[in-house]
Amino acid sequence: MSSEKMHFEYRVEGGNFSEAGYPSSQVKKTLKQLNVEGNVIKRTVVALYEAEVNIVAHAYRGVIAVDIDTEKIIITLTDEGPGIADIKKAMEIGYSTATPEVREMGFGAGMGLSNMNTNADKLSITSEVGTGTIVEIMNYFHK
Amino acid sequence: MKVKQIIDLIKGTVVSGTENLEYTVEMAFASDLMSDVLTVKTDNLLLLTGLVNIQAIRTAEMSDINCVVFVRNKKVTEEMIRIAKENRITIIQSPYSMFKVSGILFNAGIKPVF
Ligand SMILES: Nc1ncnc2c1ncn2[C@@H]1O[C@H](COP(=O)(O)OP(=O)(O)OP(=O)(O)O)[C@@H](O)[C@H]1O
Ligand SMILES: [Mg+2]
Repeated sequence: MSSEKMHFEYRVEGGNFSEAGYPSSQVKKTLKQLNVEGNVIKRTVVALYEAEVNIVAHAYRGVIAVDIDTEKIIITLTDEGPGIADIKKAMEIGYSTATPEVREMGFGAGMGLSNMNTNADKLSITSEVGTGTIVEIMNYFHK
Repeated sequence: MKVKQIIDLIKGTVVSGTENLEYTVEMAFASDLMSDVLTVKTDNLLLLTGLVNIQAIRTAEMSDINCVVFVRNKKVTEEMIRIAKENRITIIQSPYSMFKVSGILFNAGIKPVF
């Protein structure tokens, strides 16, 4: 693996389900090129994709910042949106405020945040109601 | 069971990705809920779904699923095919319902995840 540090940024538009997944796809390709182990790639992109779909489903817009070094990947998703009033409750499986439109797209089961927790080595969520949410996902390449 | 044998059993048509036809599938998962598909840890899974949109293909991409069966011959869009090709995902359409495809594959020895 190259010893350089890499940084990428992507914009995400709320409500735009046809574009959702492009950033996650790009990150997957980058990690493959870096020869990161398959299971680590899958865990990382599943967590990222869940977080990305959450911005599309629940927020107005957001930015995804990806930082990669030789040891780990840190992904920070910052959105402008309604925020999450009770993060602990939102983490519970089955809790969802998804609209019927979101459910029609195949999401809105209230499983995403807990799945992100399973697939991230470190997950941090901070949120301010009326302003937005910041999700940070960190995964190590070697255990 | 090989993908091409599965295609015969479910009267399937290959819409994209002929490179995986010799590939062997052992397990399948049937769902219209992508949130649920994303929690499955099993690799080399066959996905059966009636949800025909780009996010079904993106979910397959992120989950390392390289074969997706859309039931009831629902229309697959050009953009879905483009993303599937880019990621070497085989898309199969079957005229049968989710229940029938599941039953046929279960009888043929394909195993469930749960
Ligand atoms: N970025 C966000 N902005 C505002 N609210 C959010 C955000 N992410 C999650 N939430 C809130 O937390 C709830 C639970 O999120 P989670 O991802 O677990 O489930 P979901 O997105 O509703 O459904 P699923 O992820 O299963 O498709 C959401 O329904 C929403 O109320
Ligand atoms: Mg979600």
